[in-house]
Amino acid sequence: MTTAAEPGQEVGKGRLRKEDARLITGRTRWTDNMNLPGMLHMAMLRSPMAHARITNIDTSEARQMPGVLAVVTGADLADSQGSLPCAWPITEDMKSPDAPSMAVNQVNFAGEVVAAVVARSAAEAADALEGIDVDYDELPVVLDLEEAIADDADLVHPDLGTNKSATWIFDSAEAGTGGAVDEAIGSAEVVVERTFRQQRLIPAFMEPRSIVVDPTGEQVTMWSATQVPHILRLMLAMTLGVPEHKVRVIAPDVGGGFGGKLQVTPEEVITFLLARELGRPVKYTETRSESLASAHHGRDQLQKMTIAAQRDGTVTGLKVELLADMGAYLRLVTPGVPILGAFMYNAIYKIPAYHFACTNVFTTKTPTDAYRGAGRPEATFAIERMMDELANELGMDPLELREKNWIKHEEFPYTTVSTLTYDSGNYEAATARAKELFDYDGLRREQAERRQRGDTVQLGIGISTFTEMCGLAPSRVLGSLSYGAGGWEYGAIRMLPTGKVEVITGSSAHGQGHETAWSQIVADKLGVPFEDVEVLHGDTQSSPRGLDTYGSRSLTVGAMAVLSAADKVIEKAKPIAAHMLECSPDDLEFSGGKFTVRGTDTSTGIADVALAVFAAHDLPDGVEPSIDADATFDPENFSFPHGTHLCAAEVDTETGQVRLRSYVAVDDVGKVVNPLIVEGQVHGGLVQGIAQALFEEAVYDESGTLMTGTLADYLVPSAADMPSFTTDRTETPSTTNALGVKGVGEAGTIASTPAVVNAIVDAIRHMGVNDVEMPCTPMRVWQAIQGGAQSAAGPGAESGGGMGSLDAEGGAR
Amino acid sequence: MIPAQFDYVAPTTVDDAVRALADAGEEAKVLAGGQSLIPVLRMRLAAPTKLIDLGKVAELRGVREDGDALVIGAMTSHYDIVRDPLIADHAKLIAMATSTVADPQVRHRGTFGGSLAHADPAGDLGATALALDAEMVVHGMDGRRVIPAGEFFVDYFTTALRPGELLTEVRVPKYTGWHAHYEKFNRVAQAWSIVGVAAAVRVEGHTIQEARVGLTNMSSVPVRAAGVERALVGQEATPEAIKAAAEHAVEGTMPVADGNADAAYREHLAKVLTSRAVTAACG
Repeated sequence: MTTAAEPGQEVGKGRLRKEDARLITGRTRWTDNMNLPGMLHMAMLRSPMAHARITNIDTSEARQMPGVLAVVTGADLADSQGSLPCAWPITEDMKSPDAPSMAVNQVNFAGEVVAAVVARSAAEAADALEGIDVDYDELPVVLDLEEAIADDADLVHPDLGTNKSATWIFDSAEAGTGGAVDEAIGSAEVVVERTFRQQRLIPAFMEPRSIVVDPTGEQVTMWSATQVPHILRLMLAMTLGVPEHKVRVIAPDVGGGFGGKLQVTPEEVITFLLARELGRPVKYTETRSESLASAHHGRDQLQKMTIAAQRDGTVTGLKVELLADMGAYLRLVTPGVPILGAFMYNAIYKIPAYHFACTNVFTTKTPTDAYRGAGRPEATFAIERMMDELANELGMDPLELREKNWIKHEEFPYTTVSTLTYDSGNYEAATARAKELFDYDGLRREQAERRQRGDTVQLGIGISTFTEMCGLAPSRVLGSLSYGAGGWEYGAIRMLPTGKVEVITGSSAHGQGHETAWSQIVADKLGVPFEDVEVLHGDTQSSPRGLDTYGSRSLTVGAMAVLSAADKVIEKAKPIAAHMLECSPDDLEFSGGKFTVRGTDTSTGIADVALAVFAAHDLPDGVEPSIDADATFDPENFSFPHGTHLCAAEVDTETGQVRLRSYVAVDDVGKVVNPLIVEGQVHGGLVQGIAQALFEEAVYDESGTLMTGTLADYLVPSAADMPSFTTDRTETPSTTNALGVKGVGEAGTIASTPAVVNAIVDAIRHMGVNDVEMPCTPMRVWQAIQGGAQSAAGPGAESGGGMGSLDAEGGAR
Repeated sequence: MIPAQFDYVAPTTVDDAVRALADAGEEAKVLAGGQSLIPVLRMRLAAPTKLIDLGKVAELRGVREDGDALVIGAMTSHYDIVRDPLIADHAKLIAMATSTVADPQVRHRGTFGGSLAHADPAGDLGATALALDAEMVVHGMDGRRVIPAGEFFVDYFTTALRPGELLTEVRVPKYTGWHAHYEKFNRVAQAWSIVGVAAAVRVEGHTIQEARVGLTNMSSVPVRAAGVERALVGQEATPEAIKAAAEHAVEGTMPVADGNADAAYREHLAKVLTSRAVTAACG
């Protein structure tokens, strides 16, 4: 058979996503929508204490409650649960505590699981939690990073003897990539120091985590709302000692992750163990409050920054000293998150001397781990804030200072002081376009006028000229960083007899639009209609190999594997097509889905070859009856998207309220497969980065209780809180992959946070302000204006109005 | 999360509702629009034995005129309040404040009476009712009584409603021809007020003849800014005069320090926002 119409060029087309209808309506296979015969329901009891010894757990009442089949405590699981994996030992002497899925003797953060109930219904399981009585013996909490590393500090894990997990250092003089930073600082004409706080954030994905485990087959099947089904299967095998081939993991449609579902969770392990024990399917779906309190958090660092420069603006050195909050345990990649930033502090600039040192610290808080950008937003924030502070110190325009120090487009490929080789980029072009769209000069004039007349509302302009490393990652590089896995990705193509195509990808989507983008790429490559391509993912049975989705790796690594498999399909089809056309394979060319005898109009379609292979009646000697192929792609380098973001913020100096007036993002993500998906990623990314600047913060009280435990307190913004973004792109193709593409999933988040804070500080700098701590709440901004310089301490923790203070007496009466 | 088990009854008349409430005793809760109660139940912060759902009591919905007053049924939704022509003509401050409540979904479900009876000091409608000298009409087994707004709000989430009493309607004097504005200050669009100011003024020429000002979230209960009102009356509606009057906004307040604001900042906001609310009302 042949296809109906000649397919047009798909790559570059802004197609609506195949996935949208089912994802938006929710009529799809979310894990919590799964119902299996005989399925039981689980609920978790979590510690209200941040740090305590468990002296007794009485489950006798819960066991008697209606519908209850099992109540288990950490003591029951102590021998079977193993220790949750940490795959990134950043140093040889890194200290890592045992990490039980269910606390056995001691709880180390509020929200840690201490018991679980399995019942016939979810309501009965929830009811029975109230029948469990836990006695705690309180231990001192460890909450503050600086206090945690003091000599006399209380210890989170006394057996480790310290709250320091590891210290990781990069020094350009030692590495031979640059000078000694202390010399640069000592001899500098200008030195600027600042300490920034990266507040703790919560990924707050839309779909709460959910797990169903069915132990009734030969393979135990786990459905999980995870970003990483393949890693999860491997880690279940390694953690629990179950044979890997006896476990199948399925990530069905997953409602967002942002790094928050790049994890092997206590809940997954506990559900697996109890389903296996009971011999029946078990479902667990967390509540939103459980998710906020116990799913891993992100950021939470103190960044001491020192930048050295000459009076003419030439940067001569950069020193970065970090304290990074691990929380109570090291989860899957917890210790490596701040280290990813080490390569990004030098950003787009030519910095001759660089020193980075990070100390990872334990506290009695929820573990931190990957969150959109993971290490790179922190680095980008700090360097972009420092460039503004340095510009102010030098009396230079902050854009001019950046231009003086950035890598020029003709200098690529460029090897940085932190050892990365940027393959391509054009910072001049992106900046020129952003300035034009923003009306930079016009807004500077308005800013001057408002200052002049002492307007209540002051205007500030914030700049972020960012780059980032993504497309994780060359396996050799990950190996050199002691990461516990490679960075390759797997893809495969199955040619069906009717000419339709199944694409298998190891990159497990959770909202990104892989099904659409991969279909576009394969449609072009094999010359088949977009509609004839189906993309399968997220099931270890259908996509047997994979390293999943994070670090903006799907397109640059995952799609490259698919492309490579498609090449193999064509190569396998060629001798068969030649046999069908009775010519030599060397005489064939493949284009638009057809093998054509060069110089003639004799041809056969790839679908005809697929059918011939299915029949296998007349194949060349020694040729197997299949043109299916798979491929594994290991990238040779990261990809380095970049861009220039400009933000205009109005600050109401009477109230401290910040209003974003305009935001221009010009991103360079190389070649674009689907501009609509890119636009969506940029918009969502911007909102998440702006949310760090203005709204979101996980706040703990002095007893270590999370105060922002509902979405009424943890302020995830909505469209109503955002300006209308102006976006555009420059297109400098990546030279390290055949598609010329770069990652886009994290760029907006990485770029936008410093643009917003720079704009706020710029608006009120003349009032004596040189920093406002994030999130820049109205009160913090107002206090900064009142007090000048640094913002004051945070607000109190009394119960005022609003949802956060509802108590048992609440409710309409 | 899943609420603890409860019994449920949905009466269709006020009399039946009052009887159901009396029968159920102390452990019952009244369900109006559910925009506060349902989250409380789901988080198991409360576990009433019985819910009395007023959703089917038709007589509790709607706005009507009664001489010099408007009568607002307790179960009238925020959405209906915002688009009601009588409210627009005679009590537009209520529509203005209501239009800032949460988001459209909440406004379609949430009710005027439910919000007042819930008595969240960060709710926007208490200060509005207080400023307008509204009267709460309540029904119990002992019959009907009327509670002035000034006596209705007792403490956090606590009103003068006695056990077994139901808020059925709210009587609001007509403020025909008055100008009004509700100034809400919060961090994200759907959030509660950090501070809110409800202002209504009657202006003749350029002179403020009468003023009503109520403050949201400046104490455990809505606060009437009587000092501001006194200072405004007889003044020309100039920025200077209004600003001077707004300095009285903190009188009688007891603001708390919570996750959004400390007391000093709230006091500052009360003055700034009062000035802005009155200025906007004066147009």
